Amino acid sequence: MKKVNLPSPTEGLATQASAAARPRTIGELYWAFTILALQGFGGVLAVVQRELVERRRWLTLEEFIEDWAVAQILPGPNVVNMSVMLGDRYFGWRGAMAGFAGMLSVPLVVVLAMAVLLENVADTAAGQGALRGMGAVAAGLITATGLKLAPALKSSPLGHAQALAVVVLTFVLVGLVRLPLVWVLLGVGTSACVWAWFCLKQLDEHPVAPARPAPGAEERPRP
Amino acid sequence: MTPFGPSDWLPLFGQFLLMSMLAVGGAITATPEMHRFLVDGHHWLTNQQFISSIALAQAAPGPNILFVALMGWNVGLNAGGGLANGPQGWLTALLGVCVTMVGMLLPSTTLTFFITRWGHRNRELRVVRAFKQGMAPIVVGLLVATGWVLVRGGVETTFNARTVAVALVSMVIVWRTRVHLLWLLGAGALLGALGAV
Repeated sequence: MKKVNLPSPTEGLATQASAAARPRTIGELYWAFTILALQGFGGVLAVVQRELVERRRWLTLEEFIEDWAVAQILPGPNVVNMSVMLGDRYFGWRGAMAGFAGMLSVPLVVVLAMAVLLENVADTAAGQGALRGMGAVAAGLITATGLKLAPALKSSPLGHAQALAVVVLTFVLVGLVRLPLVWVLLGVGTSACVWAWFCLKQLDEHPVAPARPAPGAEERPRP
Repeated sequence: MTPFGPSDWLPLFGQFLLMSMLAVGGAITATPEMHRFLVDGHHWLTNQQFISSIALAQAAPGPNILFVALMGWNVGLNAGGGLANGPQGWLTALLGVCVTMVGMLLPSTTLTFFITRWGHRNRELRVVRAFKQGMAPIVVGLLVATGWVLVRGGVETTFNARTVAVALVSMVIVWRTRVHLLWLLGAGALLGALGAV
């Protein structure tokens, strides 16, 4: 059940903007996600960008940020959503299952083993200190991931400065005002998407510089 | 603590199925609801077990969602008399893991599978492009805010000035270099264990 609309490897190489690499086998996909997950202490998020974009080059920064947006918005853990999404794209439903299993199977065994073996370590002073130290580093890693993704906004249809304004607005509402995430997603998210829709419409109808391939009549579902 | 009987597995499963769809923006957003259900409502977990489940999953490698597995493990331990009870204790603990993890992941993952498959097939549609590119700046803002909230939450509880400095330094290192993330986490853990931060 492979997807038919996957770009062939040569196509990928031809366009600079597209990531050149992809997993060759389902096994490679499973182990890639296992290795990725096992590096994620205090959350896998920072590692996902490092591994998929910088090390394996399966995705460009622009592709990553778009996929991540979807994985983040849908219910469920974002990194698990991402593994299902990418697995499906490369190998269909079997790939989705391999990505899912890669993200969870070995880490699940590890965490249960830790629960059995380390029952009381987390309550010691040294254990608490280690948790605190790792927590601080993890917070830094997540912030840095956001900063690293920011250059991908240069090609935003909203315009670079406008996209950065949305970044700041989101940060203020979630980080400083502490609004519930759902409100921010519904309010700022919906507005930004509608705004992007109009900007894209403008670009499609009056293309500047190298035109995107026109996607036919808009809103018409593909067969 | 109310004894957890065989008839309680189904409500436990049902509750996690429900929370799966509510957990937009990460499972951690559903923890207040889990606490209300597992600790306050049914007394299937002690408060200490609830907190340790989250802390241990964050210290362990892997997605943070594994705290749900540890909650299931602890519910099973309480139900089956613990590991000291031999095979039966192990089995109920593992059953707890399966019930909570399948409940938490089945609905959201199935939904993700079908929606993203549709989205990828129709990725040239303007609606799909507008959604992804409109959300992109929000994702960046959310990531920076998440790091900020973690530090701020730390400052309200256990972080001091040096802990915040560690967060800032690791942010700059990750942003500007390609140092392996495990070195940084290891260094953080070591500094913390030695009581230096």
